[in-house]
Amino acid sequence: MIAGIDIGSRSMELVLLDDGNIVSQRTLPTTFDPVAQLRKLLDDVAPERCMATGYGRELVREAGLPCPVDTITEIKAHATGAHALHPEAVTVLDIGGQDTKAMSLSKAGKVLKFEMNDRCAAGTGKFLEYTAAVFQIPVEEFGEYALRGENAPVINSMCTVFAETEATSLMARGTRPEDIALGLHMSIARRTVNMLRRVGGKLPVAFVGGVARNPCMTSLLRQLLEADGSDILTPEAPEMTGALGAAMLA
Amino acid sequence: MSESAYREMWEKLDLDLAAHDGLLEVLGKFYGDIYLSQKGRLNGAEYLDFVLSEVHGLRIKELQDAKAQGKKVIGTFCVFVPEELSLAADAVQVGLCSGADAGKELAEEIVPRNTCALIKSFIGFKLAKLCPFTESCDMIVGETTCDGKKKAYETFGEHVDNMYVMEVPQRKEASDRELWKSEVLRFKDSLEELTGVEITAERLKKGIRIVNEKRRALQRLNALRAAVPTPISGRDVLLVNQISFYDDPVRFTENINKLCDEIEERIAASEGVVPEGTPRVMLSGCPMAVPNWKLPWLIESSGAVIVGEESCIGTRNSRDLVDESGETLEEMLDNIADRYMKIDCACFTPNDERPQNVESMARELDVDGVIQYALMFCQPYTHESIKLDRRLSEAEIPVLGIETDYSMEDAEQLKTRVEAFLEMM
Repeated sequence: MIAGIDIGSRSMELVLLDDGNIVSQRTLPTTFDPVAQLRKLLDDVAPERCMATGYGRELVREAGLPCPVDTITEIKAHATGAHALHPEAVTVLDIGGQDTKAMSLSKAGKVLKFEMNDRCAAGTGKFLEYTAAVFQIPVEEFGEYALRGENAPVINSMCTVFAETEATSLMARGTRPEDIALGLHMSIARRTVNMLRRVGGKLPVAFVGGVARNPCMTSLLRQLLEADGSDILTPEAPEMTGALGAAMLA
Repeated sequence: MSESAYREMWEKLDLDLAAHDGLLEVLGKFYGDIYLSQKGRLNGAEYLDFVLSEVHGLRIKELQDAKAQGKKVIGTFCVFVPEELSLAADAVQVGLCSGADAGKELAEEIVPRNTCALIKSFIGFKLAKLCPFTESCDMIVGETTCDGKKKAYETFGEHVDNMYVMEVPQRKEASDRELWKSEVLRFKDSLEELTGVEITAERLKKGIRIVNEKRRALQRLNALRAAVPTPISGRDVLLVNQISFYDDPVRFTENINKLCDEIEERIAASEGVVPEGTPRVMLSGCPMAVPNWKLPWLIESSGAVIVGEESCIGTRNSRDLVDESGETLEEMLDNIADRYMKIDCACFTPNDERPQNVESMARELDVDGVIQYALMFCQPYTHESIKLDRRLSEAEIPVLGIETDYSMEDAEQLKTRVEAFLEMM
């Protein structure tokens, strides 16, 4: 059995492969004690070897696991995972907890070009989580809620804190909260599309990472990229893509 | 010279001694981690270690001694200031501190926050009283290579009494050449006035030769380092380039030529600092002033080796020589003006030479990829990085763009980008 572990800022994922087949996939929040969480994640399994990726990849190497650990960047891990799930995709978009990445791939799945957001978490899952909290809506339901919006006001601030200020003043002016939620999603979607275009922005796009579960984001990306249904591909468990790619490269 | 004598000297220069101690301590640790930890370093690197360990010590002492003999010290921030003329006026020319976060909060009180780290740094070093070079200067020469610097020199000039600004033209038409020539002459006159030394043909000829020899040594190093396996780390070559702005030019040339002799022996024995097949990376873009080693360190600790610096603290400073055939003062001044007009600084528009130079350098060095380094808020280089990205991609040379500053807080993110870039190779 081979393990792929993706330690992100918000959550960690494990994918176990046996003979190339996924036998288990699980996730836990990263918390402030990632090593303890990692042990919990691997509690009842004994992989022969392990490939770690993500922001906390070095932690896995240093955690003293009873099997050899190698590391790989989240770029290569996501590209590999996304290519395995959607071989037709020539672009990969991953929006995670605090990172957004866009990659263009060759037909064989090799990374040709990539872009990542800078040190600020604007336009990532963290932004959605923060703004959903302002609406007092669980982040998992925020996309559905935003889809009920009709007229998205333009929200210019990409800074999470300033965007909240903008949203608050829109509320004070009586703008429907659903519309504001839609506007907030739109501001991320526009920024994301810019990043996709910087790597070529070719379709089809595999949209992975936790935020790919957000139906409003998928819908807006489709709209902005002038894509049809089959051009934005999201796997069943999009947050597992990095761990899957890592396991495949172990 | 004893530590206490240094302290006395720094005190005379009105440095903030406690803060300066802190700076030297951080610098020493940083240098240990990044430089002294390298394996298989050349013996000639002892020279680099020595110069760096004495950069605020012995070298400053030398400047004070020179001043005591009546020589003048000229401080600069840019490769446009002709050292040939300073030497001809029997002056010493040195680069000023601008490569570390120092006095940043103080700097942000007098320049906008969205100013690049290099500008904030030289202002911060002055306001926080941390740069013994700045404090030793009889004349500080700025230049109009970007709006940020141009305006910052006005403010900086309120804090020093010897600010001088050279106007660097923004285009390369005949009228620009004329403007630049007149600026070279104005600089010559100002130097003569400051030093009381007349710049004669004989003196200038010697100045030209000394600076050309320095550039030839750097050219030799750049040619040798391209060997496979790579005989010297990119970090060390960057340091050589950085030191070329601080140390005495004749001593520097002699030591770098010795270093090159040793590299030749290494090449003959097929010895390298990294195994054959190590990804070869070229840096391109903004200058990295001492002690800005963050990115080279991240790159070389991620399993690649740097084989070229297309930068002002790199080939932009050493690529072109002054034509030595001039006999009259007028001919020599013309040759100097011509040489400096060849600089492919991003302040020029258009600046078509630079993309050509970057691409041919990448091909000559047979690199696996180019990492473009831009300081955050540096308009000229960030603009060009978009164009260069396109050009190199079309030429099928992998390229990665990095925009950062002097802080270490983004080191992990940068490392991920660099590693991902290397995985692509």
